[in-house]
Amino acid sequence: MMRVLYFAWLREKIGVAEEDVAPPPEVTSVAALIDWLRARGPGYAAAFAQQKLVRCAVDQEFAAPDMAIAGAAEIAFFPPVTGG
Amino acid sequence: MLRIAVQEADFDAGAELVRLNLPGVGGVGSFIGVVRDSGGIKALHLEHYPSMTEKAVKRIAEQAAARWPLLGCTVIHRVGRLVPGENIVFVGASSAHRDAALQASAFLIDWLKTSAPFWKREEFVSGASAWVAAREADDTAAKNWE
Repeated sequence: MMRVLYFAWLREKIGVAEEDVAPPPEVTSVAALIDWLRARGPGYAAAFAQQKLVRCAVDQEFAAPDMAIAGAAEIAFFPPVTGG
Repeated sequence: MLRIAVQEADFDAGAELVRLNLPGVGGVGSFIGVVRDSGGIKALHLEHYPSMTEKAVKRIAEQAAARWPLLGCTVIHRVGRLVPGENIVFVGASSAHRDAALQASAFLIDWLKTSAPFWKREEFVSGASAWVAAREADDTAAKNWE
């Protein structure tokens, strides 16, 4: 079980800001989690349609797609940042 | 020496500059980002990732402090709804000499734009709204410090 957070237009497309999910054991990386989430519904498919526009943080640290997610408590997905 | 704040409230840039004028300082550098009044923009909405933001901003400030001999370093980033002309962000750095203060200030704002979890949404006079897309030029500016 892990908490997944969505920000900006990913949140709008998916329709929730956060949720608890329990992916199967073969989902071991950020990229695999994206593939698994994408199958949850059309909102998810739309949010993750352009993977190069999606960034991730695992336990509040920026994470590359190949980052392992074993033991992670909080995973966030968001667009490239635009602050400053 | 490091001062980090993420807040809805405005900041007093003058007071922040005074705060950076610490013993031994020979120069204070700073940058203030404001909401630009262009393209029919009614307001800018700043969203962030609360549990990650301060940590990410602190890391950027620590990198600046490791790279230049800073005596003071301040980053204040506002969130929420901001109208044209309002302040968005303050970065400031003070040091014995101007080069470190100016370069650290530029580094801070370049890295904030690409490495801290903030997102801007534009609210237009027409009632429409759109998320701001990341700019390649910002990535290039940040990479130039590597």
